[in-house]
Amino acid sequence: MTGSARLAVDIGGTFTDLVLALPGRSLSAKLLTTHDAPERAVLDGVADILREAGIAPADLALVIHGTTLATNALIERKGARTALVTTDGFRDSLEMAYEHRFEQYDLYMERPEPLVPRPWRFEVPERVAADGTVLLPMDEAAVDRIGAAAKAAGVEALAVCFLHAYQNPAHEARARQILARYLPAEAICLSSEVCPEIREYERTSTTVANAYVLPLMERYLGRLEDGLRALGATAPLLLMMSSGGITTVGTARRFPIRLVESGPAGGAILAQILAAENGIDRALAFDMGGTTAKITLIDDMKPQQARHFEIARAARFVKGSGIPVRIPVIDMVEIGAGGGSIARVDGLGRITVGPDSAGSMPGPACYGRGGTLPTVTDADLVLDWIDPARFAGGHIALTPAAAAEACAASVATPLAMAVRDAALGITEIVTETMASAARVHAVENGKETAGRTMIAFGGAAPLHAARMAQKLGMDRVLVPVGAGVGSAHGFLGAPIGYEVVRTRLVPLAAFDAALVNSLFEAMRAEAEAVVRLGAPGAALSETRTGFMRYRGQGHEVPVTLPPGPYTADSLPAFRAAFEATYHAMYGRTIPRLEIEALTWTLALAETKPLPARLADPPDAPAPPPSGTRRIVDPGTGGVVEAAIHDRASLPPGARIIGPAVIVEAETSTLVPAGFRAGPNAAGHILIERIAR
Amino acid sequence: MSRPINEIEVQILWNRLLSVVEEQAQTLVRTAFSTAAREAGDISAGVFDMKGRMLAQAVTGTPGHINSMARSVVHFLDAFPAGTLKDGDILITNDPWKGTGHLFDLTVVTPIFLDGQAVALFACTTHVVDIGGLGVSAEGRQIYHEGLYIPLMYLARQGAMNEDLLGMVRANVREPVQVVGDIYALVACNETGGHRLREMMREFALADLDTLGEEIIARSRRAMADVIAKLPQGTWSARMTIDGFEAPVTLAATLTIAGDRVHVDYAGTSGLSRYAINCPICYTEAYTSFGVKAALAPWIPNNTGTLDAVIVTAPENTIVNAPHPAAVYARSVIGHMLPDIVYGCLDQALPETVPAEGTSSLWNLSLLAGHGLTGTEGSATRAFNVTTFHSGGAGARPRQDGLSATPFPSGVRNVPVEITEAITPLVVWRKELRRGSGGAGRQRGGLGQRMEIGSREHAAFGIQARFERGVYPARGRSGGGAGATGRLSLGSGGALAIKGLQIIPAGDRLIVEMPGGGGYGDPFARDPALVARDVRYGLIEAEAAEAAYGVVLTAAGEPDLAATARLRAAR
Repeated sequence: MTGSARLAVDIGGTFTDLVLALPGRSLSAKLLTTHDAPERAVLDGVADILREAGIAPADLALVIHGTTLATNALIERKGARTALVTTDGFRDSLEMAYEHRFEQYDLYMERPEPLVPRPWRFEVPERVAADGTVLLPMDEAAVDRIGAAAKAAGVEALAVCFLHAYQNPAHEARARQILARYLPAEAICLSSEVCPEIREYERTSTTVANAYVLPLMERYLGRLEDGLRALGATAPLLLMMSSGGITTVGTARRFPIRLVESGPAGGAILAQILAAENGIDRALAFDMGGTTAKITLIDDMKPQQARHFEIARAARFVKGSGIPVRIPVIDMVEIGAGGGSIARVDGLGRITVGPDSAGSMPGPACYGRGGTLPTVTDADLVLDWIDPARFAGGHIALTPAAAAEACAASVATPLAMAVRDAALGITEIVTETMASAARVHAVENGKETAGRTMIAFGGAAPLHAARMAQKLGMDRVLVPVGAGVGSAHGFLGAPIGYEVVRTRLVPLAAFDAALVNSLFEAMRAEAEAVVRLGAPGAALSETRTGFMRYRGQGHEVPVTLPPGPYTADSLPAFRAAFEATYHAMYGRTIPRLEIEALTWTLALAETKPLPARLADPPDAPAPPPSGTRRIVDPGTGGVVEAAIHDRASLPPGARIIGPAVIVEAETSTLVPAGFRAGPNAAGHILIERIAR
Repeated sequence: MSRPINEIEVQILWNRLLSVVEEQAQTLVRTAFSTAAREAGDISAGVFDMKGRMLAQAVTGTPGHINSMARSVVHFLDAFPAGTLKDGDILITNDPWKGTGHLFDLTVVTPIFLDGQAVALFACTTHVVDIGGLGVSAEGRQIYHEGLYIPLMYLARQGAMNEDLLGMVRANVREPVQVVGDIYALVACNETGGHRLREMMREFALADLDTLGEEIIARSRRAMADVIAKLPQGTWSARMTIDGFEAPVTLAATLTIAGDRVHVDYAGTSGLSRYAINCPICYTEAYTSFGVKAALAPWIPNNTGTLDAVIVTAPENTIVNAPHPAAVYARSVIGHMLPDIVYGCLDQALPETVPAEGTSSLWNLSLLAGHGLTGTEGSATRAFNVTTFHSGGAGARPRQDGLSATPFPSGVRNVPVEITEAITPLVVWRKELRRGSGGAGRQRGGLGQRMEIGSREHAAFGIQARFERGVYPARGRSGGGAGATGRLSLGSGGALAIKGLQIIPAGDRLIVEMPGGGGYGDPFARDPALVARDVRYGLIEAEAAEAAYGVVLTAAGEPDLAATARLRAAR
């Protein structure tokens, strides 16, 4: 029999995090990820945490799991031997990609190798037109020969992607029947199922990536399920997706590409819950770890969604250098900026930080593990924002002299400035870089950063959050409790959900309500079949989006549509919804231009109420600081006397005035001059600007 | 009053300005209508001080505006002195000689005011869908054939739009709503930039950009000077012949590295064409300067300080310095070739640095049907007009093969086949790498591509051809072979010309074979394993392994190293 305990497991690149939620309490654990067999750390961790909680595996009601396994397979090119079956004349679409150089000035740029080498990109005489008409019937004998050839070549997975299959999937479906004579049907991925969306390169890339990780994920999920059963757990296993929703193992096995970036999605869900608890209508989630920082906009308690993501960018963080996949994702911008990011001076005498990172080995210079290049953490230490004796709960003893030496050699000496100024330069530049990325991301979406509340988590965020908020015109920062296992916490708040997509070009001038209704009915049925597997009987909420544009434009904007069904009278509502979105993004609409919708999505999720807003705690006196330290204030650059407080000693409702540092085992929170800070009812620290 | 700015502030503010112009550019890319702007990033955006010095420019898809737009702001200030500009004024032009090289490019300049004081100018340029005249044809003989010509003028005075001008635009272009939409996109783009700049100046309590501007320009100038001073000093020359329109064109350049400057002079280059492939000097400067900078100092952001380091001259009435009233619509045909010529010079000064010649000029397909062009049925002729962006092979690099089907020096992206087919009656039957088209070399040239296009309707369609490397191929470097030449033909067999309007009769297909890039280094020095791979992948003909590369393959397709060594030694 199952109980009420819910378990979240997040496998990251370095750590596997577990959070066990029990009525009234929660436990967490952190283990090193076991890369050769990731389920080992999971199963060890599960056994440990259950023992610690004193409950039996059978008491688990639910296990929610997110993993970077699929992402890593793509980055490290360790996926299946994958072949592509495509329309005659188009096998090079995957290789030609966008016919683009993503680095304008780089004469030596290289594109990533396609996941499928040319000899395994097979062509079939067949052709469907843009409206779905068959121009050339499929040569079935050719498909049969391809199946035999693929099998002989030891191919483990097949991606089938024909032109305009999003419009008419018949040839792909028939091809699978034939190819299944040679390979297991489960290992044959159709573009019309994985990504039925117009634009052949991106659809092919998505389908190929899905096939590439499928066998590996299939085996892994099988081993994990077996292992959990062997422990005695009977709870259903659900998987976290990049969209922020969770799904069943069955769906995850068919569409493993939807599992990439599930960890960061969990972080965004956590931020969403915190936004709800704290009544934050307009939030910006800021997750800064050792290597990267991620930024997500959350409006009306909903993280911003997108349908495009790039995996394994060759030139780190350069747009267009990775493998594009079109899947539902929580939209985030990722910057090569973290505590381990390396600072240097370029040929113009400018301080640059990242995107390369010292990682954990050798790590920042102050770790004393052989690193000699200054990192953001070294600069933080030089500015006395970090207590060297208490970093990472005292597990890593820091050497301030090494940090100062590194900052001096790489930055201060070449620029002929004091070491402190150089360190401040490093933190200012990295904060500016992240702030710029956030601003551009907001502009790209027709949004602003000013006036938002920042929700800051990840080991390096609490030191830099207040300064970054200042740069973005934001007056409030929330630093949650236990941000170190934030993603896993987020998993527990995620709804079971699924999003499906269709492309149908519908000019509003020729709006056909019956066509649009039948499209959405089919999408609803497809989504519901998936969602019901994990959430039988739950109330469901549906979101319909049209990707619309003015005729002639090449870029669509996502427009939230009114609920259906539609009639001819729905037309003004469609037009109004598009114009409102367009106006919000670009500040104007264009009269007299025809509007068209190209792609449609339907997202279905169990209705999961967000937590209610917490009451503000009554004011409480702040205990005296545990000490003081002279630090450099990030805003003014001057040396100031900062109060040091233990986070644990601050009761809800207490307020301390910056400059101050709030210390805890995992991280330190910097409260600059001009800010005050204190825990709210849930213990999350709220930093607020006192006056402008 | 300028206040002193400390070192860290200079750096932060410089970064912020670069971010401001990036936002400015993004706004334009996402609101523009023309495919050139949104798919190809054929736009530019930058911020200038009130003296007209460019402080920062967004990194966008095509380098053709790099210093043409910068110069354009100086022309605007000559015509409309800074002191006469008022808040809410907006200026515009598409003058090819004072803008960015052809009538399709509209440039908009907006003065930005802070507390009543003009503090900066934002400028941006985009390529609009249509500008009237002959349209996307390279067959114009004079600028008067090429459409609406807007001299430097006010687009808005103190916030009131110049409706007379907009009315003229609407009456003269084929897609009035989209073109006027693009004009508003240009306005919005500068507004976004101005808004961000004002925020920045308030945050840092700056009353003007004088001190910051000085710092940015001086540092960039110094950095360029440092780079150039380390180069070998001297003068080198190179020539390249290309197809041209009515006659072959020779591009000749002499590059001099002296002190802290690079001077490129195009004396010896052919005279003007009767057709629209002539290049105004502003566009010649842009691509020359891009070529130099990509090879020498790609990491220095563009501004007045960097632009001054490269000096470009050309005798008037050469094809790279075409005066009014020469036709200039397809000036990119010549402009895109200029980095190759610059590299012909630089390779002598800096061996093993620059790539071999590539396809360079784009193979964009401007496909159409319509009355008077492909038929004479008047309104019964189904009309369409679409341009898709495609590229042949790029030149091999000293240590890397050339990129296949990739633009250089332009930075455009393609348009998906499925999108083209969704909005036209066209069917693209094949789009694949063109086997054997990459020049042989120790590093192989990039492959061109082959496309095969028909119509679903039983009707003729046309292509406005303006292609290069049909007769004269991209040459290899340091012993590398030439890339294959490109061609247009009909599925039924007949050849088509690669310049001018070509008609594909009803029921026939258009075959486009794009050129390959040149190879780099002796093909006999190529790693036999790579030659075997290229055969296995179908990138070169099996016979080419021995004939071009001296590599003997076993029956299994593996290199026979002993036989290869013998064959290579016997050459």
